[in-house]
Parts: sequence; C-alpha cells; structure tokens
Amino acid sequence: MTETSIVFEPEDRYHAFLTVCDRPVHAGGKLAGVTVAVKDNISTRGIETTCASKILRGYVPPYDAHVVELLRHAGAAIAGKTNMDEFGMGTTTENSAFGPTLNPRDTGRVPGGSSGGSAAAIAGGMVRMALGTDTGGSIRCPAAFCGIVGLKPSYGRVSRYGLIAYANSLEQIGPMGKTVTDVSTLMQVIAGYDRHDSTSHNKPYTHTPCVDIKGLKIGIPDEYFGEGVDPSVAAVVRKAIGRLEELGATTVPCSIPSMAYALAAYYVTCTCEASSNLARFDGVRYGPAADIKKPWHEAFQEVRRAGFGTEVRRRIMLGTFALSSGYYGKYYAKAQVARENVRKDFRRIFADVDVIAGPTMPTIAFRLGEKSDPLSMYLADILTVPANLAGIPAISVPCGTAAGMPVGLQIMGRHLEDERVVDVAYAYEQAVV
Amino acid sequence: MAEGEVIVGLEVHCQLDTKSKLFCGCSTDYRSDGPNTHVCPICLGLPGAMPVLNKRAIEYAMRVAKALNCAVLHESEFSRKNYFYPDLDKAYQITQYDKPLAEGGYLEIEGDEGGEKRVRLTRIHVEEDPGRLVHMGNAERGRYSLVDYNRAGIPLIEIVSEPDMRSPREARKFLNKLRATLEYLSVFDSDKEGSLRVDANISIKGSERVEVKNITSYKGVEKALTFEITRQKNMLRRGQRVERETRHFLEARGITQSARSKEQEHDYRYFPEPDLRPLRVGSWVDGIVLPELPDARRERFMAQYGCSLNHARTLTGELKLANFFEKVVAPDPKGLSALAATWIADTLIGELNYRDMGLDAVDPGSFTMLVRLLKAGTITDKSGVEVLRVILDQRLRHETPEKPAEIVARLNLARTGGDTGAITAAIEEAINENPKALEDYRAGKAGALNFLVGQVMKKTRGRADPAELNRQLAEAIRKRGA
Repeated sequence: MTETSIVFEPEDRYHAFLTVCDRPVHAGGKLAGVTVAVKDNISTRGIETTCASKILRGYVPPYDAHVVELLRHAGAAIAGKTNMDEFGMGTTTENSAFGPTLNPRDTGRVPGGSSGGSAAAIAGGMVRMALGTDTGGSIRCPAAFCGIVGLKPSYGRVSRYGLIAYANSLEQIGPMGKTVTDVSTLMQVIAGYDRHDSTSHNKPYTHTPCVDIKGLKIGIPDEYFGEGVDPSVAAVVRKAIGRLEELGATTVPCSIPSMAYALAAYYVTCTCEASSNLARFDGVRYGPAADIKKPWHEAFQEVRRAGFGTEVRRRIMLGTFALSSGYYGKYYAKAQVARENVRKDFRRIFADVDVIAGPTMPTIAFRLGEKSDPLSMYLADILTVPANLAGIPAISVPCGTAAGMPVGLQIMGRHLEDERVVDVAYAYEQAVV
Repeated sequence: MAEGEVIVGLEVHCQLDTKSKLFCGCSTDYRSDGPNTHVCPICLGLPGAMPVLNKRAIEYAMRVAKALNCAVLHESEFSRKNYFYPDLDKAYQITQYDKPLAEGGYLEIEGDEGGEKRVRLTRIHVEEDPGRLVHMGNAERGRYSLVDYNRAGIPLIEIVSEPDMRSPREARKFLNKLRATLEYLSVFDSDKEGSLRVDANISIKGSERVEVKNITSYKGVEKALTFEITRQKNMLRRGQRVERETRHFLEARGITQSARSKEQEHDYRYFPEPDLRPLRVGSWVDGIVLPELPDARRERFMAQYGCSLNHARTLTGELKLANFFEKVVAPDPKGLSALAATWIADTLIGELNYRDMGLDAVDPGSFTMLVRLLKAGTITDKSGVEVLRVILDQRLRHETPEKPAEIVARLNLARTGGDTGAITAAIEEAINENPKALEDYRAGKAGALNFLVGQVMKKTRGRADPAELNRQLAEAIRKRGA
C-alpha cells in the first residue's frame, strides 16, 4: 500500500486538539484520505498520548490501539489527538490539564465531555470524523451539546485494547461524525473481534444505514422526561419522537425504576475501577519521572500529587475508599447489584420494544464554569449512564435546538443491536434534512 | 495436639514452566538475558494494554489441582490485588481471590511419626509474578534500585496448605513431595532460580501465629522454621507473648526479622478484574490426563524392581533420579536393580551432595557399567566408590570422564582374587609390622583383627574383599601358632 501525506493545518479556535499531526500520512481503503481525530486517551504509536493529564505529559506510546491500527489500515489520516476531561473524568472538557475546549456553537459554553475535543473538531469543521470514548456518556453528551452524531457501541463490539482505561467495565470507544452515515462508516472500520481484548465480541459491523422504520416499537421511559430534565429540551425531543411516529414507528410508555440507583451505581463502579487503573502512574516507567533519590513511596506521592488534577484525585480517593476493607460490600458489591437491576429493567423493556428513545442530556450545553460543584456535574449524566451500566448501544443524533443550542435525541437498543439504533437515528436525520 | 506443639502451614508459590507469560506472548526464558528484554506493553503495564489469559497456564494449574486431589471450580475469577511497589508494573497484581481455580485437596507425605500423613490443602490459585528489584550502590555511594520486568507476568500458582504440619522436617517433606509432583506433571522446573517461593505460617499451640515471608529455597524453609520455633519457644519460656506479625526470612543470616508494621497494614482492595471474563473450565478439566505420579511410581519401583520402601521413596522423590534409575537398570532390570538401587540411593546421592553437583553430571550408561563391575565381583564396594569419585571429580574439572573399566585398569583396582601372592604377602607384612595387634588379638580383643584388616586393605589399595580378608587373616594368625 502506498502512503501519501496530506496537509492538515486547522485553525483550532476551540482548542479541540492537544496534538495536531500537520502532515498525516494515509493509505488507500475505506477511509482513504479522510482526516480522523482521535481522543487523547487512545494510544497512538509515535504520537504523544496524555489523557489530558500532566502525569502523562511526554508519553509517546510504542504501540497503536487496535482501533488506530484499523484506522490506519483503512487509509485514514490521523489528524491529531483531541482534548478531553482528564482521563475522561468530566462532562464538560473543562477538567483538561491543558485548558478547556470551547463549544463551536457558542464559545461561551462547554462542548460537553469528556470527548469534547473530538466533538468540537467535527462541529467546528476541522475533521469529518473522530473517535471518542464513552464511559458514562462521554461520546453522546458532547455530540448532543455540539450538534453532531455520536455512537456508544455495545460493550464488546469495539476493542478497547490501547484505550487508557478509566472504568473498564463501562467504557467503549465509539465513532463521532457530522452525519449518521459518517458514524456508521467509521463504525464499520473500528468494530469487530480483537484477541487482545478478552471482553470483545466476534460481531463485525458491516451495516449500511436504512431509513425504513415502519412498525418499529419505541419505548419512552417516564424517567427520561421527569424531574431534572429541562422542559424545553424535553419538548424538542418529544417533537422528534413524533417525527419517528410519522415515519411509521409506534411508541409505548415504559419505566426504568432502577434508574433511581443508576447514578450511584455508576459513580461507585467507575471510581473503584479508576482508583486501580490510575495507580500505575507512578513515574517509574513513563511520564514525568519520580525522584530516584527519595524513598519510593515519597517519590510516588510527589509524582501523583503534582500530576493529577483535582477531579481525578477526588475520584481516585472515592474509589479507594469504596474498595477498602469493610466498605467493599457496602459500596462496590451493592453497586453491582444495582447494575444488575438496570440490566434486568432493560431486558424486560426490550422484550416488548425495539428501541428506547429520550433526550441524551437533561439540558443544553452549560456555560463555561457553570458546573463548579462536582455533584451537579455528576447529575447531568443521569440519562446516559444507564446504557453504560447495561452495556447496550446508544446513539445521540441532533434533533433541533433549545435556546439556540443543539439538543440530542438518544436512541438505545438491545445489546449488540447497534445497527438498529443507527437506523433509527438515520431515519430521523434523513426525515429532517 | 499436645501443649507446646508446633503448627505449620505453608503458602507455596511456584512458577509454571510455560513458554509464554500469563497474560502476554513474551517468552518466560529470561534468566540468561539482560534486564527488561522480555517485555511488551502488557507485562510492562503500559497504559491501555490489556491482559489475555494464557490457556496453557490454566491447563498446567488444573493438572496440579487434579494431581493434588483438589476440586476444580466450574467458574473461577481473576481479581486485582492493589498495592504500590516499584516492581509492580500496574500497581496491582492480577490474581484470584474469592473464586480460586481449585479448592480442597491433599498431599501425602512421610510424617514424623512414621507412615504416610495427609496434609490438607485449602486452595490453589493462579496469579502473575511481579517484576524484580535489583539493589545497586552501597552506603557510601548512595543506594538505589533498578527494576527488571522480565519476571513480570510469569505465571505462578499459589498452593495454600492447612496448618497440618508439625515440624520443620514435615514442612520440608511437604515441599519435596510437592516439587516432585509438579515435576512429574511437567509443569515446573525446580532448577530455575526463584521458581519456588514459600511463605510459612507458624505458631506454638495456644499462641498467636507468625507469618514468615520470603523463603526462597528448600533448605531455607527448614532453617527459617527451626529459627522461628526456637524464637517463639524462648519467648514463651521467658513468659513473653508471641505477637501476631509478619516476619521476613533473611536467608544469608538464617534468621527472621520483623517486617515494619506499615507493611502489615496492607489493604489490597481486591475486586474482580474487569478486563478478563470469568474462567469457566467446564469439561476441559475432565479431559486432563495425569501422568504417573510419585506415589504410583514408588509402588511400581517396589513391585517391579524389588526396591525397599526407603529406596523406592528416595528414588522416586525426584523425577530425574527416578528416570536415572530406570535408565541405569534398563539393560538388565532383574540383574541390576538391587545393586543399582543401593548404589544410587545410598552412594551416588551422598557423593553428589558432597560435591554440590546435580544428577546431570552422571551418565546413566557409565553408571550401568559400574554396577555391572560390582555385580560381577570385578571390583569391591570400596573400589566402586573410588571409581565413582574419579568420575565425579573429572566432571568437576570439566574433563571427559573415563569409563569405569578404564579407571579400574588405570588404577589397578580389579579385585585380587583368592589366595594370590600379593594378599598373602600383605597379610604377612601387616602381622609382622604390628606385633602388638597380634598380641591383642590373641588376648581376645576382636578390634585388633579389624585393625589388621585395615592395614592389609591399605597395602592392597582396597582390592581385597573385606569378608574374605577377615577369614584369611584369622587363618594366617592361626597358622603361626602360639
């Protein structure tokens, strides 16, 4: 395969990129010459990969994540590494150690997070497609806030090998793009079995989106239109669902009672896993080096104190506490029970309906600095975390605006039925063009 | 259990002798290579790398579990054991916690009270080895440590026993038996440095137990336990209390030393490894066929070769030794077994241990020749030992050892047959040179004859047969008359 280089010199007004590859090479293939941005928590051989954290500054992975290998193989040009909340911990991309990304639709607002850089790079017209990662909504939230399309695939559908883990049991790498077609094309490239990821399924994605949704049964959960959801956002989404009915779908109300515990289950699980995943950043093998003249435990403390941001430290401490002896049963084990209840609720609902629809986010994009207390930021994840807890596919597609800002319609489907949520999003998108 | 009785339980970590590491494809054959040469993103714990379970390691572990009569769990699980240490690449060790690969089981050892004794097992689980710290520098030039991750990710099994051993000797027997079993299963190479590590829990009945960590040799176990028992008994004798604590064994000094209290306060925050699916062995475990194990081989040696229980136990106690014995007697099992068993179990092992040599130094074919010479009466036992020593010493000097027959010829060790001149002359000489001994013998001191036998042996350089010589000497003295 011959490689060609292109020139990529974007005017990055929104600080979407942490690293720009200005002469990316590409080959022939499905994505020949397409510039694709990659979130900075996905390992790229020879390109600095920091997770937007000071603790990984200067770290250049010696290997490609499986999805990056697939991208290169498909001829894509890796345009650069996009900004994010440090290690994916946030809903605004303000928690980047290298400064926030701005929302191209309104630079006074956040792009959402944690894949805010990827969303802004697309919404700002710098790239056609990008990879994001979604642990509790990190693809869908910025997609909704920036007015683009983002898919969180079914757990196991896309290899996580090379994704710098934040919460392994919840997260997936997924495609983001301006259109459903772009997202579907990128999904074709990145999905499939990878022997390096023991949780991956042998289920390639070869689907081409289809607009026919006649006879489709859509569940509308009360909880997605209840307390905490901005009425103007809810109204936009209801109208979009009405559009789906016009296209031949039927809707039925449903309920996910386990959502009362979903957020707690999510934050316990992800902080526990994070406290363990992030323990390896000790300055011994990569990143800023530990002071070897000091006893190792002092040196480790120093590196970690200087390297991690406030939100990361908070989550590490929460997770460490929740896993400690005497508390494990009270937190981690309980969270897994709650998680199983979420799965059960979805199984019950999906026995009757094909997909579930609702808003992606309860509000439009926040103003910069608006979510200053962590708890109110955590609450914003309430509509996205259920899909992560259950491992099911969920897509966010733009469905209008509220107060001039984009609103996302979220479609969730059965495990491994990513094709179906793509079709519903595509049908909607094509109907409103 | 009597008051003051010693109670010992062991946790034994063994490296499984697989070709590749537990969670990646790196080679396990790292010992002769430079540091950090057998590493990859996975065993270095690079961000984003994920573990993939080595099925061979699980198969090996299941072989062990089956051989040790354990119940293999239908579904087991890997967990993360979280702690910070510079040799631990991910800051957690992937191990098994509340759902181990196998539970229960036992190992039969030769107990202190004679006969077979069952040591019950608690569990067997699979885990990865951490890297290794290499300490550099000294007090003057500043100490620092380098990390070598070649060992990181080597598959280990941890075998946990119940507190069923009652002495350091029983602990050593347990380890020896365990090692033999693992070797018979072809899952373990005890010759590899650091392939076995032991933590021992030890208490005097009625007192707290102490965990002694960091025992890295078979001999070390007996030494550490003996030290620890003496220490604990002395404390109790002085009216002190034995604290429940963790101690490290300092091999070079042969003592145990209290670990800093901080190290005992570890909270490992175990939770299931999210990057690995639960391990379901299903019918896999049923398909595992075990080879002949030490106990079965011991019984066979007794039945097939007529070995005594002790000889059979010794010979089958090490895979190499058992194989060696069978190779030596193969040309003529009926004719050679009895002599070969004694000569290997009693003589050869002693001579090898004395020289700190392994069995590899001896060629079984050459040993067969030696046994044949002994069997034919061509050489005496004493000469046989001499031949063996020559061979081993030549090995030690890295020379090509001579054949037994060549040594016999070169050193003129062939037994002097019957009433030949040389022996008669030596007897006459010995009597003449030692009139006192002659007198003593006549006075009824039997020891005097032994002295004279020794003198004759010296003069004939051991070629004379001792029993025959006894008879001839007595005869010669009798002939001299009063």
